[in-house]
Amino acid sequence: MSTRLAKGGRLIDRSQPLAFTFNGKPMRGFAGDTLAAALLGGGKSLLGRSFKYHRPRGLVASGAEEPNVLVGLGRNARFEPDQRATTTELFSGLEATSQNHWPSLEFDVGEVNNLLYKFFPAGFYYKTFMKPRWAWKHLFEPIVRQAAGLGEAPKEADVDRYEQAYAYCDVLVAGGGVAGLAAALKAGREGRRVILCEMTANWGGRAPVDGGTIEGLSPEEWVKTALQALEGMENVRIMDRTMVSGLLDHGYAIAYQRVADHTPGDGRPRHRLWRIRAGITQVATGAIERPLAFAGNDIPGVMLASAVRDYIVNWAVSPGDRVVIVTNNDDAYRTALAVLDAGLTVPAIVDARVQASGPLVQAVRARGVAVLEGRGVAKVLGRKAVKGVEICAQAGEGGAIQTVECDCVAMSGGWSPVVHLWSHSGGKLNWDETAAMFRPDATRPPTGPEGLALAAVVGAANGNLTLDAIAAEAGIAAEVEAEAPLEPVWTMPAGASDALKFKSFLDYQNDVKVSDVQLAAREGYESVEHTKRYTTLGMASDQGKLSNINGLAILSETLGQPIPATGTTTFRPPYTPISFGAIAGEARGEIFQPLRKTPMHGWHEARGVHWEPVGLWRRPYTYPKAGESHREAVNREIVNTRTNVGLLDASTLGKILVKGPDAGKFLDMMYTNMMSTLPVGKCRYGLMCSDNGFLMDDGVVVRLSEDSWLCHTTSGGADRIHGHMEDWLQCEWWDWKVYTANLTEQYAQVAVVGPKARKLLENLGGMDVSKEALPFMTYKEGTLGGFPARVFRISFSGELSYEIAVPANMGLAFWEALNAAGEELGVMPYGTEALHVMRAEKGFIMIGDETDGTVIPQDLGLGWAISKKKADYLGKRAQERKAMVDPDRWLLVGLETLDGSVLPDGVYAPAEGHNANGQRNTQGRVTSTYYSPMLNKGIAMGLVKHGPARMGEVIDFLGDKGAVIKARIVDPVFYDKEGAKADV
Amino acid sequence: MLTLTCPLCGATVEETELAPGGEAHLKRFGPGSSDAEFESYMFNRKNPKGVHFERWRHAYGCGKWFLAARDTVTWEVFGTYPAQTTEPPADLVAKIKAKRPTWEGYK
Repeated sequence: MSTRLAKGGRLIDRSQPLAFTFNGKPMRGFAGDTLAAALLGGGKSLLGRSFKYHRPRGLVASGAEEPNVLVGLGRNARFEPDQRATTTELFSGLEATSQNHWPSLEFDVGEVNNLLYKFFPAGFYYKTFMKPRWAWKHLFEPIVRQAAGLGEAPKEADVDRYEQAYAYCDVLVAGGGVAGLAAALKAGREGRRVILCEMTANWGGRAPVDGGTIEGLSPEEWVKTALQALEGMENVRIMDRTMVSGLLDHGYAIAYQRVADHTPGDGRPRHRLWRIRAGITQVATGAIERPLAFAGNDIPGVMLASAVRDYIVNWAVSPGDRVVIVTNNDDAYRTALAVLDAGLTVPAIVDARVQASGPLVQAVRARGVAVLEGRGVAKVLGRKAVKGVEICAQAGEGGAIQTVECDCVAMSGGWSPVVHLWSHSGGKLNWDETAAMFRPDATRPPTGPEGLALAAVVGAANGNLTLDAIAAEAGIAAEVEAEAPLEPVWTMPAGASDALKFKSFLDYQNDVKVSDVQLAAREGYESVEHTKRYTTLGMASDQGKLSNINGLAILSETLGQPIPATGTTTFRPPYTPISFGAIAGEARGEIFQPLRKTPMHGWHEARGVHWEPVGLWRRPYTYPKAGESHREAVNREIVNTRTNVGLLDASTLGKILVKGPDAGKFLDMMYTNMMSTLPVGKCRYGLMCSDNGFLMDDGVVVRLSEDSWLCHTTSGGADRIHGHMEDWLQCEWWDWKVYTANLTEQYAQVAVVGPKARKLLENLGGMDVSKEALPFMTYKEGTLGGFPARVFRISFSGELSYEIAVPANMGLAFWEALNAAGEELGVMPYGTEALHVMRAEKGFIMIGDETDGTVIPQDLGLGWAISKKKADYLGKRAQERKAMVDPDRWLLVGLETLDGSVLPDGVYAPAEGHNANGQRNTQGRVTSTYYSPMLNKGIAMGLVKHGPARMGEVIDFLGDKGAVIKARIVDPVFYDKEGAKADV
Repeated sequence: MLTLTCPLCGATVEETELAPGGEAHLKRFGPGSSDAEFESYMFNRKNPKGVHFERWRHAYGCGKWFLAARDTVTWEVFGTYPAQTTEPPADLVAKIKAKRPTWEGYK
């Protein structure tokens, strides 16, 4: 059992005890502890349940590579699942809960999966849940959802603050171990702008635990001196608790700073996401120890050898009284020395090598420890805790030679350089046969915009695993015990039986075993990327930290090919998970995205408007009065507009000025209509198509003067259409003399609509708005009530209508003046829903309703708006294609249900027969559908095969749950067919 | 995230300031062209592994379109130049040839 040692612990402060809880039970640790150290020190070794088999799990590692002990932290609005205990700094009041078990950590019903392990092989889901088809949705998925997953998602909105920051530097150093500190010192002394990031709260990496001397100092003293020197340099920024999580295109690095995780609620932002553009990144991210694949290597108490000595040296935590060490290298003997120095016992060292004789081995032997050469672990005894190990010949099949009692197993399969950052943006790796590891190939680095390396790798990350090698690379002096070469061991024992391989875990987090990878290879998953997905090896937060090399070595062995031929999976950022809060930064709530407001926004809001989001704008949907439903309010607004007068805030309409000697020629290309011949002072409804022929926008074009046109666009389309125009002007017809300006926000625009619209404007006074002075589809500039105004006689409702633009800063005053002048006429504002109903009553199309990117103007009966005289316009050639002139295209019609009800939106009309997929054929669909208060019935528009030729025919539409709705094909103009009301 | 230098305003900017516009130096085919010509203009794209010419707009800056020559594998940017041209500048082509001797040219 694990416990806190009476002495030692270089990172803890015993004068500062901290109280925290685990699963509600009070516990104590010390300042400087990680949550993992405090739990282990408090005697907890069973700390979680595995993902698939719900096997009891404990700590394997001491750092970011920990796969098992993910806990829920905090509660309510500060709850966060899946937090790694090894990277969580302890603070007073911390609340942690274990995950993935029911009803309790100690007794978990899900553990039944473990007994059924033979039925959960690789690809289990793919193989099992195929048939019957209905069962996935109704039976399997609910069960799998209940059983799978780790922590629970938080239920409340996060109350913490997050922020993002930008930084630029010549040299970014990722990692604050000896190699990183040395690289930062060198760049700093050269006067370069340096950012140095260390992901933990402590500097020096492994050196202070692993020992040796650097420039005559102990590692701890050297690290202190180096930090002091760096702090004295103005050109160096030092950040601890900051992980460089990704290194992306052109030297763009993401660094994740955990500002206040260890001091929650102190007012500082919890996390800060740094977006760093670095000239070069020095990757000094160290190496991670590999587990060994023997049966029962996941039982709580089996840990990485380096983690065992970290817990002892850093936090004075003993993982067990009797520690058996299993290794294929000399480095693990350092763990034996640390265990012995702490006064604990090493019953045996199981060394897979036939001969172990390096200086570290000799030092351990000299202290009376039995070193069993050529041996392996056949299996670990115990279920929720280690009770002992069965030892066998490494070369054999696992027949037990002896059993050794112990409560901790420290394993080491060698070390893998952390090459993630190097690989994120394309750095290549070489397989080092001697050291059995992938190391960065300096001749094939990730490159930046100049084609030069954007990263370099130093220290253990570069394959320099010993302190003297790290120092030599950095040009400084260091001494450390020499190590004899390791011997690669991928399965233990080499000829392990199937029964053993079923319990030899490669990926703890995803419960992937040696047997799974071998099965995947036998089933034909030969590519490492396929095997990864089939078995889930190295997926999720592991990202290949612990499992990668062992897994692909076993895959290579099974396929009978060398490891470099198998290669690695793709390393993807982030290195370890980062919080959604940090990714969102300050972009939440009201400032999630900018809100565009018309000059009259506040007026609408003060009247209790119901808003409709339109792009980034908010437009009034309707203005309900007290006690009125939205539907009632919309109907009132329509009836009032059609009988009296209504006001619409049309400021969001796009207004693009097109000016210049070639402006007419240009607009003839932009629109299907002829715009060059439009007389000054006249308005024309125009259609805009992409060069692929499909309708993309519409609006009224006004000729302001000989050389300028004002193009109205849809509210959502203004920026896009302006960009579209600029694209053609800059990239295709750059010799045409045309200028465009997007004036959308320069003008407030109001539609004054209804039989009494003229009377209202006459009340305001200032210009002649009579039919004679300002006929339908014309434009005049003048003053109205003292406001400088552009008045357009255009109508989207079929009523007598004026659209009036005034400078934006006068918009609100003008709107108020219109309301005052119209009071005696019963003026009311109306919103977008009334606008939609009125345009549908008139059979006017709406971009986005009648069009969906596959509709051409000819489909909508808009052939009259397509110029036959023009040699070319955008979309003309495309509209000549066979499919575009197919007589079977669906065409616009009006639709009326036989019972007067409102058709559901988007429903389809079935036709005879079935298509190749066994689905019913269709012959049409509804594109717009509303209740018309003027006609007191449902009206709709739709696209129907041969529609206009089938007037009067009744066809079926399919509603919810197979309901059949009969509708008659009619003329799409439902109201005032003659157009008498607009042209008065 | 790429960085590109806008040849019009001279600023080296991040990808988030730019809007992509696909392959550069397409020749437009309008009325009178054959189906094959129109298809190649509207739909067929090179998508090379290696040297590629692209359209970019400095959308959140000067608003101008420009063209860029880039390696789609290494992200090396050989150069950017104004959009008002039907083919890449000769000096840029020479520079790319020197760096990528096996490159078969932009056509």
